[in-house]
Amino acid sequence: MSKIERDEVTGRETTGHEWDGIRELNTPLPRWWLLLFYACIVFSVGYWVLYPAWPIPGGFTKGILGYSSRGELTQEIAAARGAQQVYLDKIAATPLDQIPQNAELFQFAQSGGRSAFAVNCSPCHGAGGQGAKGYPNLLDDNWIWGGTLDQISATITHGIRWDADPDTHQNQMPAFLADGILKPNEIDDTAEYVLSLSGRSTDKSAAARGAEIFAANCVACHGEGGVGNPEMGAPSLKANIWLYGGDKNSIVTTIRYARKGVMPAWAGRLDPATIKQLAVYVHSLGGGK
Amino acid sequence: MTASTMAGNPAETGQGYDDDVIRFLVAATMFWGVVGMLAGLVIALQLAYPLLNLDLPWTTFGRLRPVHTSGVIFAFGGNALLATSFYVVQRTCRARLWGGNLAWFVAWGYQTFIVLAASGYVFGITQAKEYAEPEWYTDLWLTVVWVAYLAVFVGTLVRRREPHIYVANWFYLAFIITIAMLHIINNLAVPVSFTGAKSYSAFAGVQDALTQWWYGHNAVGFFLTAGFLGMMYYFIPKQAQRPVYSYRLSIMHFWSLIFIYIWAGPHHLHYTALPDWAQTLGMTFSIMLWMPSWGGMINGLMTLSGAWDKLRTDPILRILVVSVAFYGMATFEGPLMSIKAVNGLSHYTDWTIGHVHSGALGWVGFVTFGAVYYLVPRLWGQPRLYSLKLVNIHFWVATIGIVLYITAMWISGILQGLMWRAYDTLGFLQYSFVETVEAMHPFYVIRALGGGLYLIGAIIMVYNLIQTVRGRQRVEAPIGAPTAAVAAA
Repeated sequence: MSKIERDEVTGRETTGHEWDGIRELNTPLPRWWLLLFYACIVFSVGYWVLYPAWPIPGGFTKGILGYSSRGELTQEIAAARGAQQVYLDKIAATPLDQIPQNAELFQFAQSGGRSAFAVNCSPCHGAGGQGAKGYPNLLDDNWIWGGTLDQISATITHGIRWDADPDTHQNQMPAFLADGILKPNEIDDTAEYVLSLSGRSTDKSAAARGAEIFAANCVACHGEGGVGNPEMGAPSLKANIWLYGGDKNSIVTTIRYARKGVMPAWAGRLDPATIKQLAVYVHSLGGGK
Repeated sequence: MTASTMAGNPAETGQGYDDDVIRFLVAATMFWGVVGMLAGLVIALQLAYPLLNLDLPWTTFGRLRPVHTSGVIFAFGGNALLATSFYVVQRTCRARLWGGNLAWFVAWGYQTFIVLAASGYVFGITQAKEYAEPEWYTDLWLTVVWVAYLAVFVGTLVRRREPHIYVANWFYLAFIITIAMLHIINNLAVPVSFTGAKSYSAFAGVQDALTQWWYGHNAVGFFLTAGFLGMMYYFIPKQAQRPVYSYRLSIMHFWSLIFIYIWAGPHHLHYTALPDWAQTLGMTFSIMLWMPSWGGMINGLMTLSGAWDKLRTDPILRILVVSVAFYGMATFEGPLMSIKAVNGLSHYTDWTIGHVHSGALGWVGFVTFGAVYYLVPRLWGQPRLYSLKLVNIHFWVATIGIVLYITAMWISGILQGLMWRAYDTLGFLQYSFVETVEAMHPFYVIRALGGGLYLIGAIIMVYNLIQTVRGRQRVEAPIGAPTAAVAAA
């Protein structure tokens, strides 16, 4: 079986072995293949000389370029920070309410605020600040905790119901059913009255009964006629803008069990200059006061 | 030359060889192939339309993704490797499988492993190591099965009636031994209890990450490359009826591949907590791996010297040759992506997914299809396949599917990478993460379409094979023959 033959097509000799009819030609290594293989090895050895490469007792070969990826990152961050430092210093030195008056600073703050918003805020408030159920829309002029630059900045800095921050926004709407304050039919009437505030009541007598319950239980926070109170984080009930849905069932659920949305305090996570930029950006989205 | 030497060769008569277990494994290959590809299509559609997660824990992407990856790699690819290695080792050694029914234990034991692994994924049992998700009890079972596999394979090599060991068997043996080593070390873990599924890895932190990617990369290197190169080295020369291009190249690229591949894993951990020196070694060994990988491609393609005309008339050979072309493309792309500067853009993006699938769909899938098309008529004693036309249709449907898949992932991945690193003129990030997700949506739809075509191709193949096994042969004109010649004949 072991017989060296010459292949008619290529003119190459076989190795003389055969397995199940398969034979092998004794073709030399393709020259280009061998040269490229050597080239890759030479490149690698060169790379080892230049960069950290081989573990040795007590450490590793450092390479003559003195490269480290941590060092590279530090440099890149420093360079990026350096390029922005002029603006950041000015932002830090300028009172918040004066930033929008300075065209250059305003542009920088908007750009930085948009970027910080995209990374930190968009998961809840949406990429465009449009909000979602339980996460307020930031494009309109309806603000739960106030829409001035300072109020927005305070909300970002300290969060809402964020217990780790002593200055966080706190309020407690009672769970009127769960806490045993109102009966289900009273809550239904109250909801009917709340609907009437945005002109959507379909049961006048229930709304009238609800008005009395509202006056006794809700006015302290939501105000006469449900105008709301940003100081207490009590939303307007007239604007027909709803964080948890404005149909009767949703309103009944809110009165029965209350809602307690949470927003993190960003102080400590974001530096003060970034929070300023965020406040300017959010304020400029359309509804700032 | 061929007619005289091959007459009376036991390889042609099939007598004395243990082929029952191979028939079983070939059927398992195609069964799991369809299951694994279907799971892939489902998760591709989930990425495009998240609603399809169905809000049920068992059907979420996170649980179905390992069903897909293990399904196509270990169930489809693994059964293909078992089947072809048992077939090839017997023919090229002129010896019956060693160990009697041990081969059946391997075959059934391996299917048990697949079912244990996949059911675990769906019920949320996982080690959370990519491609090594099965928990300790499944790992132990696979170890037993794998040792039996090694015993059958080596036992058959030992009783060979050929003076030399054929190159395909070197690759199969390297695959079996290295996978055993990788599997055991990466899965070293302490079970919380002997009655519970949970275990904790023996490794922690960056050591765990490096061990995992030493395993993960060499699962690609030894399972999906070395094993399937073994397949290529038998089925391409057989189907082309040509001698292997270069024996010397096969020696050189075998040993360089085996030696260099095992170092390349750290390139999965560029720019992480992994020390810089380990990242350097991972990158440079990946670059040095380029030519050893291409040695296999050259030997596969150049074996067609003097037989290129057969590509026109033989769709099976066409599938095998295109598989080698995809192998060459993927093994060029791999070293390219291991370069840190390129990796900084490509890592964590869909480019990686596209790269993996040009290797998986193009190389692993196609070489398996070619081998199975070769095997089924021979194993079931039929003169030929039911229909070569259907093979041709399968080839085109699957090729279009691959092209759609990988181009969609290239564009999506590079787009994603560029969006992540885009800064505006004032030095702020340009895009939010969700904007990059939105930008990828159309490509996810195209990817699902490509994957769907590939699955359809596999289903066409299953139909063709079933008809073949039932002894049917479709009457059809030879492929590629000019119509005038047919008429003249």
